[in-house]
Amino acid sequence: MKVDCDIHPGVPSVKVLLPYMDQYWADAFVQRGMDGFDMASYPPGAPISCRPDWRLERAKPGTSLAQVQAQALDAFGVRFAICNPLYGGQVAVSETMAAALCSAVNDWIAAEWLDADPRLRASIVVPVQNPQLAAEEIERKAGDRRFVQVLLPSGAEMLYGKSYYWPIFAAAEKHGLPVGIHAGLMYRHAPTSNGWPSFFLHDYVAGSQVFEDQLLSMVSEGLFVKFPGLRIVLLESGVTWLPGFIWRAIKTWRGVRAEVPWVKRSPAAYIREHVRLTMQPFDAPADAGIVSQILEEIGSDEMLLFATDFPHWQFEGDQAVPPGFSPSLLRKIMVDNPLATYPRLQESIA
Amino acid sequence: MSKHIVAAVTDLPPGSRKLMTIKGRPIAVFNLGGAFFGLLNRCPHQGGDLCAGLVTAAVTADRPGEYRMTRQGEIIRCPWHGWEFDIRTGQSWCEPDRIQAKQYPIEIAAGTDLVKGPYIAETIPVSVEHNYIVIEV
Ligand code: FES
Repeated sequence: MKVDCDIHPGVPSVKVLLPYMDQYWADAFVQRGMDGFDMASYPPGAPISCRPDWRLERAKPGTSLAQVQAQALDAFGVRFAICNPLYGGQVAVSETMAAALCSAVNDWIAAEWLDADPRLRASIVVPVQNPQLAAEEIERKAGDRRFVQVLLPSGAEMLYGKSYYWPIFAAAEKHGLPVGIHAGLMYRHAPTSNGWPSFFLHDYVAGSQVFEDQLLSMVSEGLFVKFPGLRIVLLESGVTWLPGFIWRAIKTWRGVRAEVPWVKRSPAAYIREHVRLTMQPFDAPADAGIVSQILEEIGSDEMLLFATDFPHWQFEGDQAVPPGFSPSLLRKIMVDNPLATYPRLQESIA
Repeated sequence: MSKHIVAAVTDLPPGSRKLMTIKGRPIAVFNLGGAFFGLLNRCPHQGGDLCAGLVTAAVTADRPGEYRMTRQGEIIRCPWHGWEFDIRTGQSWCEPDRIQAKQYPIEIAAGTDLVKGPYIAETIPVSVEHNYIVIEV
């Protein structure tokens, strides 16, 4: 019953999406000659974007269903895997083009991936650039129970706690869909809070700070008070920054909590209740003692979700989980926690 | 434990506070609308002078963006790191069950009773016409 909570099927080119667009957009992409909507956060040739033994010959990472079935589903023996497509619609500057690309990706993944393998599930990708259109897209796809989550990029135009984004969270909560936030930026802002880095190294490492900012925004703006049923899943965040971050958030909240009186409990309480994190990458040395200390500091065994992050290059061989996890904890992160986080997985095995 | 006469009621009008040393301990006495409370003047966090903090209201909300002020004058904010304490109970706002400012029980006694003893009058003369704040330390 193992669940892989983060795999990345690739969109080979905009051509495969054209049948899922209305006439205007199907013509527009062809007439304007536009393609290559891969996210700048994951350049197809960058090492992180694909493990060497998972690279396809003359095709972009993750674009072959047969390969995903063999190397992601069969190889790890998973009962379910959640597809999180990372594609330009989620970050495009034009709201309407973003909406066209996102809805095409959702229909394409349903028809060409979910229909093809009963182990596959998917996230609904949405044009977060326009929260109203994003909420409409959630409404449009939520009836298909194989969509188990709503997917947002980690960096957008504003911080996600802002009321501007509430229509998206309201729609997700209404349909019992967790909101997954995946590493990847719109690049409306520099990826660090102090300007543009020069190298990919800096860009990727700094990614965990963006997660911290989003989490603080959601807690302090009262998102979990406004939407008590909401679940947030941080995808590809690195995980181990969490203990120090929680400690700092609690410490500061104690002194200035009157500024945000709707935050009635400590930030740690909201985070432990509402936030889940996928396990690849897990930024820690392969040392069981250190790993178990980190888990103790996180203070909950309900928060972690198994993931391979296929085809991103996070680990070698089949070592998708670092050493230091007891058999009972492994069961929690691979089975119990995913089923509790994604009610739609639970219902499909009931 | 012993009982100490620390002030005449009239010396500490409602809304005021007074810091004193009793048995070598710094203790702050507060008058909240006629009811008296004694707190150790040492914050349970890192020992800040609680008595020097801002006395304020309880700020609460049921939804994001709302600010409700109740119990004006009953919450004190430690001047060091801003932790809030309920003057009536000593409980911290952040972890009321685990973190508390130490409280000392206070009673009001008539001068006529006090002159009989066995109270310890710190530095103030006691007269039969007045009521006094008595703290147990
Ligand atoms: S010493 Fe009082 S809040 Fe730190």
